[in-house]
Amino acid sequence: MNTDIKTREYTTVTEVAGPLMVVEGVEGVAYSEMVDIETPAGEKRSGQVLEVRDDIAVVQVFEGTSDLNTKTTKTRFTGSTAKIGVSREMMGRIFNGTGKPIDGGPEIIPEKELDINGSPMNPTSREYPADFIQTGISTIDGMNTLVRGQKLPIFSGSGLPHNDLAAQIARQAKVVGEDTEFTVIFGAMGITHEEANFFMNEFERTGALEKVTVFMNLADDPAIERILTPKMALTTAEYFAFELGMHVLVILTDLTNYCEALREISAARDEVPGRRGYPGYMYTDLAGIYERAGRIQGKEGSITQMPILVMPQDDITHPIPDLTGYITEGQIVLSRDIFRKGIYPPVDVLPSLSRLMSGGIGEGKTRPDHSGVSDQMYSAYAEGRDLRDLVAVVGEEALTERDQSFLKFADAFENRFVTQTKDEDRTIEETLDLGWDMFRILPRSELKRVKDEFVAEHLKD
Amino acid sequence: MITEGNIIKIAGPVIIADGMRGTQMHEMVRVGEAKLIGEIIELEGDTATIQVYEETAGIKPGEVVESTGGPLSVELGPGIMGAIYDGIERPLEIIRSESGDFIARGIQVPSIDKEKKWTFKPVVAVGDKVTGGDIIGEVEETSAVVHKIIVPPSVSGTIKSIVNGDYTVVDDIAEVETEDGSIEKIQMLQIWPVRKARPYVEKLDPDIPLVTGQRAQDTFFSVAKGGTAAIPGPFGSGKTVTQQQLAKWADADIVVYIGCGERGNEMTEVLTEFPFLDDPKTGNPIMDRTVLIANTSNMPVAAREACVYTGITIAEYFRDQGYDVALMADSTSRWAEAMREISGRLEEMPGEEGYPAYLASRLAQFYERAGRVHTIGSKPKEASISVVGAVSPPGGDLSEPVTQNTLRITKVFWALDASLADKRHFPSIDWLQSYSLYVDSIQNWWQETVGDDWRANRDEAMVLLQEESELQEIVQLVGPDALPDSQQVTLQTARMLREDFLQQNAFDDVDTYCPPAKQADMLRIILLFNKEAQNAIARGGDIKKLESLPIKDEIARMKYVPTEEFVEKAKDIKAKLVEQIGGV
Repeated sequence: MNTDIKTREYTTVTEVAGPLMVVEGVEGVAYSEMVDIETPAGEKRSGQVLEVRDDIAVVQVFEGTSDLNTKTTKTRFTGSTAKIGVSREMMGRIFNGTGKPIDGGPEIIPEKELDINGSPMNPTSREYPADFIQTGISTIDGMNTLVRGQKLPIFSGSGLPHNDLAAQIARQAKVVGEDTEFTVIFGAMGITHEEANFFMNEFERTGALEKVTVFMNLADDPAIERILTPKMALTTAEYFAFELGMHVLVILTDLTNYCEALREISAARDEVPGRRGYPGYMYTDLAGIYERAGRIQGKEGSITQMPILVMPQDDITHPIPDLTGYITEGQIVLSRDIFRKGIYPPVDVLPSLSRLMSGGIGEGKTRPDHSGVSDQMYSAYAEGRDLRDLVAVVGEEALTERDQSFLKFADAFENRFVTQTKDEDRTIEETLDLGWDMFRILPRSELKRVKDEFVAEHLKD
Repeated sequence: MITEGNIIKIAGPVIIADGMRGTQMHEMVRVGEAKLIGEIIELEGDTATIQVYEETAGIKPGEVVESTGGPLSVELGPGIMGAIYDGIERPLEIIRSESGDFIARGIQVPSIDKEKKWTFKPVVAVGDKVTGGDIIGEVEETSAVVHKIIVPPSVSGTIKSIVNGDYTVVDDIAEVETEDGSIEKIQMLQIWPVRKARPYVEKLDPDIPLVTGQRAQDTFFSVAKGGTAAIPGPFGSGKTVTQQQLAKWADADIVVYIGCGERGNEMTEVLTEFPFLDDPKTGNPIMDRTVLIANTSNMPVAAREACVYTGITIAEYFRDQGYDVALMADSTSRWAEAMREISGRLEEMPGEEGYPAYLASRLAQFYERAGRVHTIGSKPKEASISVVGAVSPPGGDLSEPVTQNTLRITKVFWALDASLADKRHFPSIDWLQSYSLYVDSIQNWWQETVGDDWRANRDEAMVLLQEESELQEIVQLVGPDALPDSQQVTLQTARMLREDFLQQNAFDDVDTYCPPAKQADMLRIILLFNKEAQNAIARGGDIKKLESLPIKDEIARMKYVPTEEFVEKAKDIKAKLVEQIGGV
């Protein structure tokens, strides 16, 4: 950015519509530039330039456009794109969605000013993520392993305990054999006070609060402000990870609210809508968030992302989970059917996936039998679930002995392997041994996915 | 002629400038003080609409737009192999050394190293007549690739002089006297506009398969050299692994891998893995024959639109040297979305689902640049480009425009299925939905290579799988025991086909690549089981005993038997199989 631009103040707002306002007669306004706005009543707001044409600028107002008029609203173009001042002191603090402290503490004295949009990480600089993170949750560690530098979202439905799961992961996540703990950055977009309190209490209860940095945009905060929140959180994360060398876990909730805000702006600008009214650039926009996870060669720190999104009507083909799934490295899917059975955490492993799993498990990382155990559990559980449908029609007696064993396996899998309490922190050994324990239900000849040597080793009797 | 205009409007990656009269459609321009790279995509009177290949934040109206006088082009020559480029052929390694771990804007870096000296060996002599496309010399570029230096398509005449020794790509290496007496100087470096297909003489019939070492693809749904294939699949169905397997093992001389709008870590995986993988034929690292184009999802959207053209132009350049090239594009949906995004910014009238009306014709133009051809030149060479395009249909819905328009053009369809992936059946190619229109034309090659029974066996196996799906519907209603014994054998065989043949473990050292002869033998064993088992049932054998034969375990594990031991092992399995079933 050029710094020689004089700040320019105008009172030439000609149009206010939805979250947007149009300022005319402006000069030298840059695309994406930040705008300070003063309402007729003297309240300060902020905005960003979405489009410039000759001397006309379209500005989106983050705090909403009510009370603005076309006569006395003052706009001042700052000459700089959206930035956040970052500092080590941010840890343990609480900010609003636009990065201002709301915990009553002092203003942050920035060590550095960073553009919140960041820059794409050069693929040749990336280090392929391969450090196993133990979350203590069997369905994740055993079958959808999380690794340091991964982006692994939780796809949930309204009313499902995704917040409990996220809090449990934030609390339990560790890299085995290292005592470096994760620094958590928590970005909330449009969540309720109650949900916010849950997370704050949870962090407080576990004494994690001084290691958590919170960016909070609540349901009653302006929707447009949400556009900034994840970018603020991730810019801070990049500073912590790649300049201060920390291992950062970023939890973002709820991405659905973020996408709704994108749609609102798009609609206000009369853009050609894509699927279900979401803008055509939503994939690119989401990629700009998710792709900011990762590791860099020769740098100590890492950014691991765990975004939470609530699938409208539990529909995984809805544009938000769909586009997310194409960008993230897998997904943890919570299921209402499993939740109704009273199982916590209600993870449905079949549609869940961790794309970086194969690099983070096996000899020297977890255990040599890990991938075989995982594959075997997947295929046996899938078969057991298929058989449940059959049983509903023909009854259990009509099944062969082999099939009955798969049916039993599926039940045991849900009740013993998936089920655990909210503070149960299983080691990876416990998880895998539990898997072997359940393989005893199956005929030995059906254990095709695990190598013979492991079968011999783990099923000795 | 350099034209200079001024920006009047900016909206995301699209800007409008006036004072641009005299510029051409698709001309490359430099935008603003940051000198961002852009391309003209619409001209109206004085104003030009420009798509910008870099982030436009901070650009202001009034800043200058400079034309460069030429269309968006790529540089072609020694030094390209083994590189990793962004969507407009800027080497990411060099960008990294200039701007650090994050990609800064407005960086100008040469696509090909202009300083490095290559050992040029001429293959023609002074006085020889050459035409465009003729090879005049060779450079050993990597362990796997001899880079052939060809006469640019527009040049022909008599060689006046030619060098021998170490030269850079911009040094003159030969002089050609054309018919009108003028002298054309030839360098190793060529520049070619990406949106223009390089010429060839004629297209040939696709009758040689592109052997991939993947059983489902080779035996059942084979793609021909010069053919086109589409892999549509919802997320998590293993599209990327399937593409990477092809990039690793396909028997092409050159592989161009385009990561179009995909994940950064995936490109890193390719980068960290390929240099350590050896080509099964030559033993050289795979990276030595691979060009990577990485325009990840968070890199600018307009460069994503351009990256498939950059890739196919590089592929055509190697085809013109006489090589078989395989091009993987992952994913063409992201490319189509980039078109949609730009089209939206241009406020064009949208077609289906917001995609521009020209989506179908752009896709067709791209896939039509594939093919097995006679290259231009006085001695035509046979060479090919095979294109495999991944499609990422939203929500796995194959009726969406990108999938449908792609299927209208491509001849092979590998349908990836989410429910198969959920069961960890990989590759999750749905054997009932997928098809290949090349099976008839490549039949001869297969039968000459692996035996005359290839086509019959393949068809028999397909029938068995088809029958299984019908029988499964009955089983869902009445349970498996209600079926007659012979149909239960069909179920058993089909299960073997699914689990022991179609499933292939990309992460197993042996199973990741299955040569054609082994594929044919594995299929023979399974079909032999079917035949013997049906005979046993016909003579009153017990189906329960058949089910628990120990030979079935051996069949299940045959995929993990190393290739060199497999011929012996196959004989052994066949003998045991006949013996054990004989005892039922």
